[in-house]
Amino acid sequence: MNKNFFKDSNLKTFSRIGSRATFGMASLELIKDYPNLNIITADVSTSAGLDKFKKNYPENYIDVGIAEQNMIGIATGLANEGFPVITTTFAPFQTMRCCEQIKVNLGYMKKNVTMVGLASGLVLGTLGYTHCCIEDIGVLRSIPNINIISPADCFETIKAVQSSLENKLSTYIRLTGGANNQQVYFKDYKFQIGKSILINKGKNVTIFANGTMVHESLIALKILKKKNINPTIINMHTIKPIDEKAILLACKNSKLIVTIEEHNVIGGLGSAVAEIISRQKKQVKQLFIGINDEYSKGGTYDDLKEKFGLNFKKIALKIRKSYEQL
Amino acid sequence: MDINLTDIEKVKKFSKNLRKKILLMAYTAGSSAAHIGGALSIAEIMSVLYGALMNFKKNPKEIDARDRFILSKGHACLALYGSLNLKGMISDEELLTFEKKDSSLLGHPVISQEKGIEFSNGSLGMGLSLGIGTAIGFKKKNEIKRKVYVIIGDGECNEGSIWESAMAAPNFNLDNIVVILDKNNFQQTGTNNEIMRNDSLKSKWENFGWNCYEIDGHDVNQLLKVLKLNENNNKPKFVLANTIKGKGIDFTENDNKWHHTILTKSMYEEALKQLGDE
Repeated sequence: MNKNFFKDSNLKTFSRIGSRATFGMASLELIKDYPNLNIITADVSTSAGLDKFKKNYPENYIDVGIAEQNMIGIATGLANEGFPVITTTFAPFQTMRCCEQIKVNLGYMKKNVTMVGLASGLVLGTLGYTHCCIEDIGVLRSIPNINIISPADCFETIKAVQSSLENKLSTYIRLTGGANNQQVYFKDYKFQIGKSILINKGKNVTIFANGTMVHESLIALKILKKKNINPTIINMHTIKPIDEKAILLACKNSKLIVTIEEHNVIGGLGSAVAEIISRQKKQVKQLFIGINDEYSKGGTYDDLKEKFGLNFKKIALKIRKSYEQL
Repeated sequence: MDINLTDIEKVKKFSKNLRKKILLMAYTAGSSAAHIGGALSIAEIMSVLYGALMNFKKNPKEIDARDRFILSKGHACLALYGSLNLKGMISDEELLTFEKKDSSLLGHPVISQEKGIEFSNGSLGMGLSLGIGTAIGFKKKNEIKRKVYVIIGDGECNEGSIWESAMAAPNFNLDNIVVILDKNNFQQTGTNNEIMRNDSLKSKWENFGWNCYEIDGHDVNQLLKVLKLNENNNKPKFVLANTIKGKGIDFTENDNKWHHTILTKSMYEEALKQLGDE
């Protein structure tokens, strides 16, 4: 990809327009590197920021209508004929409506498709839990041969799409946050599937976060520092394959491990981290911050994050309490 | 449409041999049991495809040049393995590993393009979507002679995903895809009428925008004729093939016990006798 695309002014724009629109902008760049690219949607061109792509590259754009199972099948057929393929629709429909197609076509047969799940997590809270998505990681994590990435910001979304097109396996990219998606990265950096990124080097406490929760953790850090708690913060952008090394290091160096995710506490990042911790001789206490296995009443994104303790204030409070109880 | 008489003879011979292979594998599977009825019902269809119609060569260099065949009703895999054996893709020894420990030949096809198995199938309703993606791929690569053949079952048409793909192929003007419906009137636990009525499937597909035909799925001449027909109207082709589940052996025909069961030694010998020597 052209380095100019990642200049400061563009990064600010990405942040303002949010991950979905950024994906659309990135598609106009990706097509230059992958002239054979096919982007397949299920009647969500506008929501995915793809209107310009659709207009300029009609040969590379396929709309299958509101039929996600067929979408994955068609994507697999094209991938099998040697085409790079991206599918996209809202996260629940990108993962669960076509879950068995993902299992058989992409997991079992190992065909390579990049799936972009739009508006995952709680951002569509006013539309209800048909459109919110707190289960996608848990559901897909049990299928072998699928990478799962939850990018920390818009810039990382582009990095994730790029990396997954180069990867042999299929990848699910889970987009969280709305417009005004807070920036974590301000300049170019190295991104690798399965390799977490250290954001703050601290002591005694290690936070593993992904998606929008990376930025929330960074603000929580300021509050915690005032209370003399300086947690290490790690951007665990890849949930599968999970970065075991980083978790083992945290087990060695920490008294408390915290996982923060805009997802059910069952099946997601917290579970993935716990699966590694539990195999160690030395047990470290883990604080799971996420959605507590429930479908709540609706509300705005901020309302719901407040309800589930997924904003920086609540995050800082929970960590402080947990730390003090050690 | 001229149908070559040697083609007909060739296909008939192929189908007789194919039935023998199906029975041999079913017998070898022993107590694991095998899907016999739905494999026997597509014997002529498979024989026309592999014995005469498809561009399908053994040479590994041809993998990306051959027509693609998708057995969407994957449980009928005995007919696929048998056909691939007759084409020299699967050895006689390997055929006998069917459903045995560590075998590549399971009760539903597992992708192995070297062996000629294009995709893993078995979960019903998924094959046609794979075919559509493949057919779009052929068009994009400008490989105008290559075709995609998909066999689906009548019970399989209960699946909603079949209708997603039935709607999509005409939408994308895919005249390079052919669906053959094995209409044997049975599904796992009963007749279509008992489980889920699916009358007038031909007109349903016609209404979705396909070139539709209804033929006797055991009549090689009719199969060759309709499959060779070139309509030149940008529509995909749908062939409703009326078949008999368990066709070819008197005690398996139209008896749904043979959907998935054990073929004993005496039954195997009796079945071979009925097929006659070659």
